[in-house]
Amino acid sequence: MSSHSENPALQHHFDDLKQQYEAANMGMWAFLAQEIMFFGGLFSGYAVYRYKYLAAFIEGSNHLPIFWGALNTVVLIASSFTVAMAVRAAQLGRAKSLFNWIISTMVLGVAFLGIKSIEYADKYHHGLIPGANFTYDSPMAGQLKIFFSFYFVMTGMHALHMIIGIGLMIWLIPKIRRGAFTAEYYSPIENFGLYWHFVDIVWIFLFPLLYLIGREPWIQL
Amino acid sequence: MTTTSTTEAPSASGHLADPDVNYLNNEYGIKSWLLSLDHKRIGLLYLIMTTVFFVVGGIGAALIRIELMTPGGDLLEADTYNKMFTMHGVAMIFFFLIPSVPAVIGNFVLPIMIGAKDVAFPKLNLLSWYCYMVGGGLATFAIIAGGIDTGWTFYTPYSTTYANGYVSVALFGVFINGFSGILTGVNFMTTVHKMRAPGMTWFRLPLFIWAQYATSLIMILGTPVVAITLLLVVLERVFHIGIFDPALGGDPILFQHLFWFYSHPAVYIMIVPGFGVMSEVIACFSRKRIFGYSFVAFSSLAIAVLGFIVWGHHMFTTGQSIYAGMVFSFLTFLIAVPTAVKIFNWTATLYRGSVSMESPMLYAMGFMGLFLIGGLTGLFLSTMATDIHLHDTYFVVAHFHYVMVGGMVMAYLCGLHFWWPKMTGRMYSEVMAKTSAVLIFMGFNLTFFPQFVLGYLGMPRRYHVYPDEFQILHVASTAGATVLGIGYLVLFICLVSSLINGAKAGPNPWGAKGLEWMIESPPTPHNFHETPVVTFEAYAYEEEDTLLPVPGDGQTTGAVSH
Repeated sequence: MSSHSENPALQHHFDDLKQQYEAANMGMWAFLAQEIMFFGGLFSGYAVYRYKYLAAFIEGSNHLPIFWGALNTVVLIASSFTVAMAVRAAQLGRAKSLFNWIISTMVLGVAFLGIKSIEYADKYHHGLIPGANFTYDSPMAGQLKIFFSFYFVMTGMHALHMIIGIGLMIWLIPKIRRGAFTAEYYSPIENFGLYWHFVDIVWIFLFPLLYLIGREPWIQL
Repeated sequence: MTTTSTTEAPSASGHLADPDVNYLNNEYGIKSWLLSLDHKRIGLLYLIMTTVFFVVGGIGAALIRIELMTPGGDLLEADTYNKMFTMHGVAMIFFFLIPSVPAVIGNFVLPIMIGAKDVAFPKLNLLSWYCYMVGGGLATFAIIAGGIDTGWTFYTPYSTTYANGYVSVALFGVFINGFSGILTGVNFMTTVHKMRAPGMTWFRLPLFIWAQYATSLIMILGTPVVAITLLLVVLERVFHIGIFDPALGGDPILFQHLFWFYSHPAVYIMIVPGFGVMSEVIACFSRKRIFGYSFVAFSSLAIAVLGFIVWGHHMFTTGQSIYAGMVFSFLTFLIAVPTAVKIFNWTATLYRGSVSMESPMLYAMGFMGLFLIGGLTGLFLSTMATDIHLHDTYFVVAHFHYVMVGGMVMAYLCGLHFWWPKMTGRMYSEVMAKTSAVLIFMGFNLTFFPQFVLGYLGMPRRYHVYPDEFQILHVASTAGATVLGIGYLVLFICLVSSLINGAKAGPNPWGAKGLEWMIESPPTPHNFHETPVVTFEAYAYEEEDTLLPVPGDGQTTGAVSH
């Protein structure tokens, strides 16, 4: 249709921006459903072994520092706030404010990964990384190795999603500065927000499952 | 995006004046194909590559069948034999069957059927093809470099602890390829929801779309589970993390649960789009609306949902709880219900229809018979007591080949013949096409029916040597495979030669109903000159000329004069 050339953001195969927005939005939700199943496989594996080797899993939890985990939870929840504000700024067409909120989200995301790497380094020094350096010596060592395998695969997959999220922000920032997003066209920001919230929610499940439940309180604070 | 839309936009308006511009000749050069965002071109890219993998898998099958002509191991050693059936399974399942109907035929006709210019996310569509290519490349590398001998199922702990190092590469290839399916699923689901033309309500959709929708659901919800599972196997191999390693307390059976949680639904990823093709073809060549449209539509969704809760029937002999086995067995029986609904409704559609046996219909008839046998023998395997006897025998091999080859491949070839004139603008030789359909049907039965008997008599799968008394059946099977191979060859020559000397097809060679038959063959780059407005039901074969969807555009409607 001839109206296609009206808004430069409108892709040729859509009738109007509303259809394009709804499609992008739905595509993101479908993608997130896929993500839930991806992590779901890990969570069910975790559940099976927690049920089988409860003692080892509690022992494993005792080796995880609540302080860093809790701090990271705060960091991520804060980043959920900043990304929500970024979407709000995009909807209102405030480019400057959008830029600031995205930068804050990115800073918080990087902070999360920084804290995570402190924890990983700590695990390495204590010989608790299966495959790289695992020196834990006890009759439960094999089962504890499984716990730490889940710890690293789950938090590693989560961290990978954080890195992808940060990459997406790096991709978005030049567009934001160019003024590509307006009150009429902001679906990339909104969909990025959805993705980022999803990654946060995964952590909201990971933190209690790995760090908190069943452990002795306040050890290694 | 902006660059492509500016190059395409002027030509799109030019089409109104120039009917000779179509999606095949609007741009030339290798780049215009490899970077194409046109769903039709991406469909053809998939067509070419799935055919390549079909040949790779077929070579594996040929070597297997030649080896099995004699009871001893003459042609292949045990290791090579293992690598051959693994290559056959991996190539056929992950790189041919799963992408064939959705990614080849679905990509081509799905947007057109709903009156859209393209899928919702053309770039993701292209990305999905590249995921497929990278995954396929890695798997091919693994096969060439050292071969993998785990079987396509990659069962632990063999795949994690004992098999050679190329298993990781192959697994990673299948992992990457998984994203191709996920992206296709996300794309199709969104397209069906958001891109339908005005008036194209849910219950006016062709049943092929319902089937693709159900398939997308499985792709989105199932594939990520096998992705993470295969990734865990890779990590287990590389870092010895212990999750599937019994020596550390890990549980190899967990792998089977996670694997079949995807891989059983994956069977429906393969077959449900084939059901969709059947509905289109049977309606067209019976000149009747599909009997019980909404039942057929919802049976696809029912199969998609039920498919997720039956995986345990692959594991009756693993020591899983007998009560779990009973539940899985019962749920598996339930799947027969929506499947039977389809078969009965297609049969009822034929009843008092004006049936004509053009080659697509011949394939459809072949599908009906073979899939019926495949489905019914599935009931033997979902019954726990009989499964104990038949488990891991040639009965299983014959069963899933009847479903996958007799069902799915027949449906795929049926769809390919049906939409070939639309894709290429050319008609193939009807005589050759019918010959190949008959050869394939006969060759297939001769190959796989003896395997039911072999399995019942106790021949286990995946062995290259066997007792002498099985030889006669194996020779029959190999003879059948030869006929089958010749059938495929005839088919290939038939379709390829149509590109060279086929007659021009015209917009609607079959007199079929549906949006895709109202546009030129081959379609223009944007499919429709103007967004069509749908005022008719699907399969309106019994109504006269309701097909005037495009106001003020003589070209499109002119194509459907009767």
